[in-house]
Amino acid sequence: MNYRTPLARARGLGAAREGLHAWWRQRVTAVALIPLSLWFALSLALLPQTDYASLVRWITSPWNTVLLISVIIISFYHATLGLQVIIEDYVHGDAVKLISLLAMKLVLAFLALTASFALLRIVFVD
Amino acid sequence: MVAFKLPRNSLIKPGKSYPAPAGAGRLKSFSIYRWQPESGDNPRLDSYDIDLDACGPMVLDALIKIKNEIDSTLTFRRSCREGVCGSCAMNIGGRNALACTTAIDDCKGTVKVYPLPHLPVIKDLVPDTTHFFAQYASIKPWIETQTPPPADQERLQGKEERGRLNGLYECILCACCSTACPSYWWNSERFLGPAVLLQAYRWIADSRDESTGERLDALEDPFKLYRCHTIMNCTDVCPKGLSPAKAIAEVKKLLVERQQ
Repeated sequence: MNYRTPLARARGLGAAREGLHAWWRQRVTAVALIPLSLWFALSLALLPQTDYASLVRWITSPWNTVLLISVIIISFYHATLGLQVIIEDYVHGDAVKLISLLAMKLVLAFLALTASFALLRIVFVD
Repeated sequence: MVAFKLPRNSLIKPGKSYPAPAGAGRLKSFSIYRWQPESGDNPRLDSYDIDLDACGPMVLDALIKIKNEIDSTLTFRRSCREGVCGSCAMNIGGRNALACTTAIDDCKGTVKVYPLPHLPVIKDLVPDTTHFFAQYASIKPWIETQTPPPADQERLQGKEERGRLNGLYECILCACCSTACPSYWWNSERFLGPAVLLQAYRWIADSRDESTGERLDALEDPFKLYRCHTIMNCTDVCPKGLSPAKAIAEVKKLLVERQQ
């Protein structure tokens, strides 16, 4: 028998006093990605040649390297925040939710690291 | 997880049909959701043909006519029949609305009437709003002050301060908006939903209230507030023309503001 009052159920565990930062960072990264994606798409489209050597030359120019690293970090961070919202929306079992959130964050962090490493390797090794 | 397998009683079967009496003039067909959970039967859609020449102009008039003259077992909530009580909120033609302010002439073809989506059904068009109103109670919808009221007079409010409550105080808690919100469908256990968040902002915006900080504290939560993804169904559907989405945006703005 459940004698909990409806109000006790509605109040639940109370407010987490959190959530603002994830929400705010999602907006900030979204705004940052507008110029970055435009720059990325336009630069690639305007490249005169797309052979290996000229792409490497384009990537190793300092501004391009910095902006490319920004694209990688910000878009993976933005994707993490977005996927977190989707999982919180649709996955309801406590254990499944925790595991999928952790797995998603680890996978995306790994992908961001891999992409950054590949970029830095081109710049500093090749 | 999201329920991929729906419960047995979500399958709606065709029900009884009540044709109009002979010699009826302008006919309109109503398909109405009928379900009595205790019966063990599945819900059914009963259809009633109504003579519009012998019926009032609103969907609620037709429901009352059906209950009075055709089928007294039809169950629905109604009270004021003029859009101020919020009792007759239901899903009409796929859209949450008040039956008393929805004109039959505005419904194309057969008028389909269902209870508000995603609430437990008590009977027919009557949903269980217990949790909805408990959530309303949880935001403390009353003035909270430390300063005692001035002697022999009310707490004063300027015209501008009073103006800030416009678009908020008119909410009648009919639950049309909350039950139109997908975020509320998936997470109503913890997400407060547009109606309750609009009411929460109504007290935050009140110049006489002294607990704005505590009210914001109580809302700052990934589920209570931030399940709102600005889908805007709430604003689209509000029978009073209010914008819960804007009220929620104001709450989010204040939460950012107090960090700066």
